[in-house]
Amino acid sequence: MSVAFPQNPVVPAAPVSPNAPVVAPRTVALAGNPNAGKTTLFNALTGMRQKVGNYPGVTVDKKEGRCRLDDENEITILDLPGTYSLSPKSPDEEIARDVLLGLREDTAVPDAVVVVVDASNLERNLYLATQVLELGLPTIIALNMTDIAAANGRRVDAAQLSHQLGAPVIETVALRGEGLAELRAALANEVPNPRPPSLELPPQLHQARAHLAAKLAELNVAAADGIALRLLCGNAKYARIQAYFGEAVARGMEEAQAMSGVAPERLGASEAGARYAMLGAIAQKTIARPQNDAARSFSDRADAILTHKVWGLAIFAFITLLVFQAIFSWASYPMEWIDGGLKVVGEAVKARMADGALRDLLVNGIIAGVGAVLVFLPQILVLFFFIGLLEDTGYMARAAFLMDRLMARVGLHGRAFIPLLSSFACAIPGIMATRTISNRRDRMTTILIAPLMTCSARLPVYTLMIATFIPATRFWGIFSLPAMVMFSLYLAGVLAAMGAALVFKKTLFKGPPPPLMLELPPYKIPSIRNLVTTMWERASMFLKRAGTVILAISIVLWFLLSYPKIPITGAPDISPAAGMHRDPAGKADGMAPIVEAPSDGAENDAKSDAEKAREDRLAAAQLDYSFGGRIGHAIEPLIKPLGFNWKIGIGLIGAMSAREVFVSTMGTVYSVGEADEESVSLKDALRGDKWPDGRPVWNTLVAVSLLVYFVFAMQCLSTLAVVRRETGGWKWPLFMQVYMTGLAWLASFAIYQIGSYFGWGFK
Amino acid sequence: MQTLDTLEAGDRAEILEIGGEVETVERLMEMGVVIGTPLRVTKFAPLGDPLEIEVRGYHLSLRRNEASAISVQKI
Repeated sequence: MSVAFPQNPVVPAAPVSPNAPVVAPRTVALAGNPNAGKTTLFNALTGMRQKVGNYPGVTVDKKEGRCRLDDENEITILDLPGTYSLSPKSPDEEIARDVLLGLREDTAVPDAVVVVVDASNLERNLYLATQVLELGLPTIIALNMTDIAAANGRRVDAAQLSHQLGAPVIETVALRGEGLAELRAALANEVPNPRPPSLELPPQLHQARAHLAAKLAELNVAAADGIALRLLCGNAKYARIQAYFGEAVARGMEEAQAMSGVAPERLGASEAGARYAMLGAIAQKTIARPQNDAARSFSDRADAILTHKVWGLAIFAFITLLVFQAIFSWASYPMEWIDGGLKVVGEAVKARMADGALRDLLVNGIIAGVGAVLVFLPQILVLFFFIGLLEDTGYMARAAFLMDRLMARVGLHGRAFIPLLSSFACAIPGIMATRTISNRRDRMTTILIAPLMTCSARLPVYTLMIATFIPATRFWGIFSLPAMVMFSLYLAGVLAAMGAALVFKKTLFKGPPPPLMLELPPYKIPSIRNLVTTMWERASMFLKRAGTVILAISIVLWFLLSYPKIPITGAPDISPAAGMHRDPAGKADGMAPIVEAPSDGAENDAKSDAEKAREDRLAAAQLDYSFGGRIGHAIEPLIKPLGFNWKIGIGLIGAMSAREVFVSTMGTVYSVGEADEESVSLKDALRGDKWPDGRPVWNTLVAVSLLVYFVFAMQCLSTLAVVRRETGGWKWPLFMQVYMTGLAWLASFAIYQIGSYFGWGFK
Repeated sequence: MQTLDTLEAGDRAEILEIGGEVETVERLMEMGVVIGTPLRVTKFAPLGDPLEIEVRGYHLSLRRNEASAISVQKI
């Protein structure tokens, strides 16, 4: 990732001198620990007036919102990524630090900062808060979740805290809207610069900081001490310091690091020790300790069951199944409505528009493409409803806690469980859900293996193949072979995903396994507003970013399968038998590229069987003649070793957009018209297909080979579009396409060749 | 002296030393796990790993692997 360096060093726009006039802020940044209620506060202050953008150069969301403070004042609130400290260990945290220090060209230093502090967890939250206070920006502390603190017998003396920290403290319960009026009022007026408690550093580190601070002071940077410490302990790169502060400061930092007596990467730990010593003292003075220290909070009691050896896992399994059920079947109802609705629209357009290329584009390209995008919406909404619910209540952390051992076995993070689970329904929401995994390597691995989980789009293909070619024998009384095959396909997907995870962790994403260090926050009642806001946010992001790409690609695919158009002769009715004659190109089972002229105005009339059959043959011939068809023919040599012919090749091309399209494409290629996996005529057509030498194309082995291909292959442009959005480029989608297709080809090849060798083909 | 992963549920201890990867150590310390900090082991996950500790008023979950690099003194 490269950052554009300005030509001249830019001094951060923190107050230039301590005497600069303080005015009411226009932009306010919101900082705080994860789980401190920052998001709830942000949503409460901004409502629906939010927008999510992007910080250029990184895949971190930039969340901004407008907040009306009173009749005269309106401010912009920038929700910074949640972080435990301003010494960043991930791109998210780096953004938080960079924005506050003024190191981002695209984002000016905020006029004021509100640090959301969890009252029930004060010391750790003050770690970040004091770091922010030391930056010298006008800061207000929002002491949040005071209700939980009180319930746990850890009441915080807000006045005393304000005195200790040298900044205003406003008690809030963001979930209930308490304290928000006071916060808005405070922001409508001047927010004072803080007078943070002095941090006693070990002598050498103290001198190092002083050295660097002096260099910064020469540039009239206020709060030089605080900023110096951040630069020293934050692994800031020389080049960036040089670009933003100039040569003198950059060299000053190197000298300071040398003076500190500690390796640069260990400076953060030094600071931590010193800071907690300070915070311990502050905590003593501000937190009223409970009489009975062993008082078990509600969360502790709940956890006794929810993380119990037996009950914990049982409840987890139940919740998991519930989520799966919801995405898999409940979401299918709205999906069908959308599908149906689009069909109606499609029919309406067909009826009202004249036949021609534009109508074809509209109906088969655009409406079908839009349909391809919209159909994911219910699943995305349902999934993010559950994720929001689980996350907000605090249960998600317990889920990661329970599953971590399993996930860690294959090098994944406990939080990978839900995304992978959702991928059984559809990888798209699953991949979007990997945002909860903060470590980039873990997240990428999870994204790359998610499509291997057997998604629901594969089912029509599986059903067709199994019903047509797997004999319905039963064994052991209850188990049927078809069901076993289906089960083993699902299993194969899971095993492939686990295997791929292991390989990726050892190769591409090598490195020390990132630590777990998962906070288990106290259980909370979820905020409906948060849920709705998140669902809305995710849905609109999907529609905007992925949707546009999916639509574009659907249109391209439509074009490939519809053009060039078959040249049509003026010959009148040809008898139904006409479609059977040999094609000049010599393909024995092919269709003649020349057919009769279309009948006008026949669309709305009831069609005779002969006419339908003629149309089906026309459609098949068109498909064969199109670019897509030619590609199918062209790749036949490549897929012959897998047992596939060019018709299957066309099917695979069609399936590139979405796996279930394979079935309908097969219907068209075999001229059975509109077919689905239940279609008897399609099944018969498949069984009847022959190679030029007379051998049947399809048999059990070929079916199994195709099934195996579908287990591993990446055949979903929508997924690629989402991966592009989540990873910020085409590199990873391309890699995903290549590795999965390669895997599919090899697996299919192995099955078919080994099977043929043993003569399993002609059972 | 023993390491954190060898404690049992319910044990209270004090941190003596924190080893391991530099970045992990820093993150642990930033989250309040520093030398001298008292903690209590609340439980181990049903599958044996990870473990959960209560420290500075909140619950933190660590893998046995990470915990084995932390030396503690039972109190």
